[in-house]
Amino acid sequence: MSQWIDICAVSDLQANSGVCALVKGKQIAIFYIPKNNAIYAIDNYDPFGKVHVLSRGLIGDIKGEPMVSSPLYKQHFSLTTGQCFEDQSVKNEVYAIRIENNRVEISLEG
Amino acid sequence: MSKKQTLVVIGNGMVGHNFLETLVASEIKDNYEIVTFCEEVRPAYDRVHLTSFFSGKTAEDLSMVTDGFFEENNITVHLNDKAVSIDRANKFVTSEKGITISYDKLVLATGSYAFVPPVQGSDRENCFVYRTIEDLEALTEAAKTSKVGAVVGGGLLGLEAAKALKDLDLDTNVIQFSPRLMSAQLDTGGANMLASKIKALGISVLPSKNTQKIVDGTERKHKMMFADGTSLETDIILFSAGIRPRDEIARSSGIEVGTRGGIVIDNQCKTSEPDIYAIGECAVWNGETFGLVAPGYNMGRVVVAHLAGQESSFAGADMSTKLKLNGVDVASIGDAHANTKDALIYTYQNGADEIYKRLVVSADRKKLLGAVLVGDASGYGALSQYYLNAIDLPEHPDSLILPARSDESVGLGPDALPESAQICSCFDVTKGQICSAVENGCHTLPALKDETKAATGCGGCAALLKSVLDCELEKSGFEVNTDLCEHFAYTRQDLYNLMMVHEIKTFDDFLDQHGSGLGCEVCRQAVGSILASYWNEYVLAEGQMSVQDTNDTFLANMQKDGTYSVVPRMTGGEVTPDGLIAIGQIAKKYKLYTKVTGGQRVDLFGARVDQLPPIWKELIDAGFESGHAYGKSLRTVKSCVGSTWCRFGVDDSVGLAVELEHRYKGLRSPHKIKFAVSGCTRECAEAQGKDIGIIATEGGWNLYVCGNGGMKPRHADLFATDLDKETLIKYIDRVLTFYIRTADRLQRTSVWMENMEGGLDYLKSVVINDKLGLCEELEEHMQNVVDTYQCEWKTTIEDEEKLKRFRSFVNSDETDENIVFVEERGQIRPANEDERQHFALVEEV
Repeated sequence: MSQWIDICAVSDLQANSGVCALVKGKQIAIFYIPKNNAIYAIDNYDPFGKVHVLSRGLIGDIKGEPMVSSPLYKQHFSLTTGQCFEDQSVKNEVYAIRIENNRVEISLEG
Repeated sequence: MSKKQTLVVIGNGMVGHNFLETLVASEIKDNYEIVTFCEEVRPAYDRVHLTSFFSGKTAEDLSMVTDGFFEENNITVHLNDKAVSIDRANKFVTSEKGITISYDKLVLATGSYAFVPPVQGSDRENCFVYRTIEDLEALTEAAKTSKVGAVVGGGLLGLEAAKALKDLDLDTNVIQFSPRLMSAQLDTGGANMLASKIKALGISVLPSKNTQKIVDGTERKHKMMFADGTSLETDIILFSAGIRPRDEIARSSGIEVGTRGGIVIDNQCKTSEPDIYAIGECAVWNGETFGLVAPGYNMGRVVVAHLAGQESSFAGADMSTKLKLNGVDVASIGDAHANTKDALIYTYQNGADEIYKRLVVSADRKKLLGAVLVGDASGYGALSQYYLNAIDLPEHPDSLILPARSDESVGLGPDALPESAQICSCFDVTKGQICSAVENGCHTLPALKDETKAATGCGGCAALLKSVLDCELEKSGFEVNTDLCEHFAYTRQDLYNLMMVHEIKTFDDFLDQHGSGLGCEVCRQAVGSILASYWNEYVLAEGQMSVQDTNDTFLANMQKDGTYSVVPRMTGGEVTPDGLIAIGQIAKKYKLYTKVTGGQRVDLFGARVDQLPPIWKELIDAGFESGHAYGKSLRTVKSCVGSTWCRFGVDDSVGLAVELEHRYKGLRSPHKIKFAVSGCTRECAEAQGKDIGIIATEGGWNLYVCGNGGMKPRHADLFATDLDKETLIKYIDRVLTFYIRTADRLQRTSVWMENMEGGLDYLKSVVINDKLGLCEELEEHMQNVVDTYQCEWKTTIEDEEKLKRFRSFVNSDETDENIVFVEERGQIRPANEDERQHFALVEEV
């Protein structure tokens, strides 16, 4: 059973862009694409720059796969799997996230 | 499977080694056990560039053997062991050290030796030849205790050796037997011009000197006695009187040699003995020996083809040469001496610039037979193509050597060359091979060299290779994909036009109407920049934010640790003491690192994202505004102090800089833009290194455009002179708007202009002469941008909604504890990895 944790209101999100949440000491980047009614959660850590900045990257897609581009060195990470497009050996954690009653909720369990 | 045959190569010089490379790259490589003898202590090295040993190249640099070549190809090398005899009857080779190897096939690549004339005393101490690295090492050693040097021989190698002596700080003399330098390649006119250039370098040239004997000198070590009764005292004598084939092993083994030496070979490079070949300088073909590497390489290819049972034959060689001798360009093509019957000669001699050019053409003026170029060999590539490919000459052949006085181009474009044209003679690479390599993806010179080996020998064809490459790329339009990204099949300029025509104001509308997918960081930023340039709306307005790069989103520059730097504007580098104090106090309060930038302002580093709004509030309260250091926009207008204070200043450069910076601040553009204004021609503001540079003169302002510093610096071009301020600003308005409308994404003004057809002249015609009738519109656009300027930070801190964005966390007021600083030179800097871990440990304890 997933344990859903309340994060914020949908209106606190940035459309077509990201914000960062602190969930049990973990930094999680949240991206919201209202047009597709899509929301994604991925570890905020940039494994190349070794700092927590992914929430401030630009989003979009690569051949249909939604992605975020690191604001530091521009590597791309899949928003659905966390896989880095440039380096097969690098994969960020992604988390279950949903919108319930205009509230954003995250589950840290796999 | 049949047993492998043994193939022995005697000699591992340039030609011998190239043969091995050709062999192991061929399909018959597995048919042979390969053994090679090398008399020298080191395997093949680049003898052609031996002189570069003196300019710091090491023996390793000169080596022609790639790491692991012998091992990977199972080639047995006997270094420092000379093959001394061949038993033809029993087919084995014996070496000096007593090794015997049975062979099935034998290739002689013994090369040549430096000829020392039979002059009495030529074996005295400090008499050298110029052939091996060991020779050069001995020469260098002797030069340490010497003052005067003499080179016997004024040919190609002799002149190279003379340069070497000169570089060793010796008083250098070139002593030549014939009346002219490089007698094999140059006619009298060319040789005279060369001699005068060589003399200008401080090298004495003594023509028509026949050395008879060498005896003890009185002042110096030796005294050279000449047939005409004169003499020369010198410490070092270097013989460079030509080369002779090394054919002793063939002679002693009963293999046929030529009357003037050299191992006789036929068109397949076979000697008189079955299964024995000879290649390179040791061989004589049709009574001719070849003292260049290219024919030797060619012979090697013929042998490999013959071993593989293919048709191939050696058909002589083009002995054209081009080289830089002591900085002097010299080239000779074909029949330079006009020995062909009825040949016609064209000569161009320019005494002032010391240039000599001579063409030898057929009686019907249709074909080029030969050429000599001294002082300017830029025409070598085209001329040698006319010669090698028997291309019809233009109606007036002399147009090929006369200086271009009009706009018409007389060069031979690479397009005019046939596919079979040989571009690189060292490695026999044709234009056709180069074109197909380009087609297969070699789109840069290094890639092309790597793939085809062209221009990796003597390098003489590098310029021609480049022009073939450029021509091919241009011709096939090389599907250089100009799409912005996978989401927009348009260039930046296309999008700009679409935006204007359809009045598009947001990225989402752009994507809906002209794109696909969700976009990416490339198109989002490009579109963001275009929208901002044209509409000049608040960059964080609803619908615009998602298209800005992180720097624009947070109106600050992200640094490596995820913190930001803050740069308030200081127009023209001007700041009041109160302003400086305010910046200092703010920096102190927020514990920021401060540094003065190259753009004459102060940069404050180490601000967390949540600190940006309060920092800016205080800066704005102190009278500052955004410096736009984060944007692809106008950065700074640098200035010198100008006529207000400076004794030499001609006009008020600071005043103009402040005015211009206020005018163009906030202007979004394809890339950053920098200005500078200098108050006189001393140019202390370095205006000629900027996108827009202005220099005060007695007659008014001089405007320079499209310069930049950075990775590939470019001087700005003088665009207009003696302008009054009003005209100056008009021109700048027009240039910048035209740039913004037509440049590619992330294209600096320099690259933009270089890629513009017609370049500077075209830009002048648009901006000064209004060729496109656009000037009014361009000015209006700029005026609109100027009139709608807003300080983005002022707008931001007044908007509660916008400030939400600057929280570190959407669900917490905590700050990012991973940001850690340490102290250095009295200020903060980001902690490195080790320091951060240490810090974390201390925290836990």
